Amino acid sequence: MFKKKKQVTQNMSPVLEELFDPASTDTVIDVRDLWVEYQSDIETVRAVNGIDLTIRRGRTFGLVGETGAGKTTTALSILRLLPAATGRIIKGEIVFNGKDLLELDENLMQAARGNLISMVFQDPMSALNPVYTVGEQIGEAIRLHNPDLTEEDVDKKVEEMLSLVGIMPSRKVEFPHQFSGGMKQRVVIAMALSCEPELLIADEPTTALDVTIQAQVLAMIKDLRDRLGTSMLMITHDLGIVAQTCDDVAVMYAGEIVESGTVEDIFEGEKHHPYTRGLFDSIPDLSSRSERLKPIPGLMPDPTNLPEGCFFAERCPYAEEICTKKHPGVYIEGEHRILCHRFTKEEADE
Amino acid sequence: MSEQNVSEPLVSTEGLKKYFKVGKNSYLHAVDGIDLSILPGKTLGVVGESGCGKSTLGRTILKLIQPTQGKIIYDGKDISGYSDSQMHPLRRDMQIIFQDPYSSIDPRMSVIEVIAEYMIIHRVYRTKNEAYQRASELMDLVGLAQRYANSYPHELDGGRRQRIGIARALSLDPKFIVCDEPVSALDVSIQAQILNLLMDLQDELGLAYMFVTHDLSVVKHISDDIMVMYLGKQVEKAPSDELFANPVHPYTQALLSAIPEPNLKRSREKEMHVIRGEVSNPIDPGPGCRFAPRCEYCTEKCRLATPEMTEVAPGHFAACFRITDKEEKAQ
Repeated sequence: MFKKKKQVTQNMSPVLEELFDPASTDTVIDVRDLWVEYQSDIETVRAVNGIDLTIRRGRTFGLVGETGAGKTTTALSILRLLPAATGRIIKGEIVFNGKDLLELDENLMQAARGNLISMVFQDPMSALNPVYTVGEQIGEAIRLHNPDLTEEDVDKKVEEMLSLVGIMPSRKVEFPHQFSGGMKQRVVIAMALSCEPELLIADEPTTALDVTIQAQVLAMIKDLRDRLGTSMLMITHDLGIVAQTCDDVAVMYAGEIVESGTVEDIFEGEKHHPYTRGLFDSIPDLSSRSERLKPIPGLMPDPTNLPEGCFFAERCPYAEEICTKKHPGVYIEGEHRILCHRFTKEEADE
Repeated sequence: MSEQNVSEPLVSTEGLKKYFKVGKNSYLHAVDGIDLSILPGKTLGVVGESGCGKSTLGRTILKLIQPTQGKIIYDGKDISGYSDSQMHPLRRDMQIIFQDPYSSIDPRMSVIEVIAEYMIIHRVYRTKNEAYQRASELMDLVGLAQRYANSYPHELDGGRRQRIGIARALSLDPKFIVCDEPVSALDVSIQAQILNLLMDLQDELGLAYMFVTHDLSVVKHISDDIMVMYLGKQVEKAPSDELFANPVHPYTQALLSAIPEPNLKRSREKEMHVIRGEVSNPIDPGPGCRFAPRCEYCTEKCRLATPEMTEVAPGHFAACFRITDKEEKAQ
């Protein structure tokens, strides 16, 4: 077993106690006007550009977008795990149960990670340590956050977590390489849930898995969420997964949320951001006869050199003069928010 | 196999097998008795999960790896026994586009050099300049701007790099291209651009494709016929529309129901049909249907005997005892 017994958890401070209190608000996390940059000697990458997102208690929030849209950066900012040398939160608030996480000191933040917010990464093969058994690795997480538990209690909890994710508890003595990809992802999920977090961030949890295994893992995640009442931030590029698992959705493009709303708003609403529409048109439809796809022309703008106007203007079929000159404002209809001149202009005309 | 169509297939295989030796006396059955045929100008989609042998099948047909047993018939000739030097002239007709546009291109060659390389190796033109000229025409054909001609692969994004791979495959005017997951490393908006390009090129140049992928919506979009593979075996084969409208093999059914559809109504109505378990070990598999351990309809017979491909509708074949038994009962 582990030799090191370093305790990271401090005696629970009043702030953390307050953070623990789930009854305090209806929203679990509220990200307000978040700006994140990666800085190197030669350039500055503007990864996240003023996003707002709110995850309500017990709901699953889908964050959709293509490579480089800023999805993972947003998740890492919430956990304050951005690479220290380059990543920087320029501005914004990340309010968790009424407290701004960006103002916590590192010790408290460390206690909050895992206990309150935990994360499942995309690649289960690299998220596990190959030289420890899975039981030891799940146990480590439990022990770190509950220093008072005896070894037997930890052991019992490990077995409980494994059976929760559908793995035989007797397999806790096995090493990661003895598990298949889908099973490894279950182990990682067991680890993330072992301290009963209020918010689970799942960063493309099934991208590395085959479809039939993906279906198993998604069904399990859904079932666990219903049973434990965990709120979830589901990061994915797959609109199918969003339709299947999420309650609320935000579409990210070039570090901005270009459209957000309930899953009904995004999938069935009338008005859409042209980028959202483009994403849907790019996917071959399974149920109708295949026509020619309508891809979005061009590429995402260079995040080191973002245009002045709308970031999507260059690829947008509806772009007008104003789009290249002025950054669009938000059009709001209930919970449905669209960042596009087309709709704000209509509003102004009326 | 049923009666051959009026037009002769460009590529076909009969009982093609590829076993890899993995121990003293054990073999990994990567491709285990595949019969397929691809008509000129048509696309055969090969679908399956990782480890089902679909990429090995593509490479074996091109003789990039030697088949263990069976025939590969290209343009009427059995090429399964051909040596490398016998294959060399045929390589001009048969090309491959790889999955990963990052690792399949030499990072030290400029875009134009990569595209011209095959033409220089095969001495298609008398001078290098002519090859470069053709390469620059190919760049136009696949939609790569001329300003990238002297760029290096690392300067381009995944979509553009995949276009280099396509231009290179087209440089020798092939008749048949194996597309090995050409869009799975790309984002959806770029994926759609590449799929459209591949389909346009097929119309223009009359290419035959074998399109290997794990993505069912992509395969439906691009294929005329589809073959579903499971652990080295073919389990179902049918024209694209027929397969999606009327899947009969339990694995195909499970595969179809496992795709998350980007449509709220359908994804809510759809019965989540989660199959249990995982793909079993392909090393020295015993007798019986390979899917039996995960199949909800599995019977004693399935564990003991291997089902053969049977025609369930014109052009629609499946290997499952439920179908053959039903037919016997009917008779």
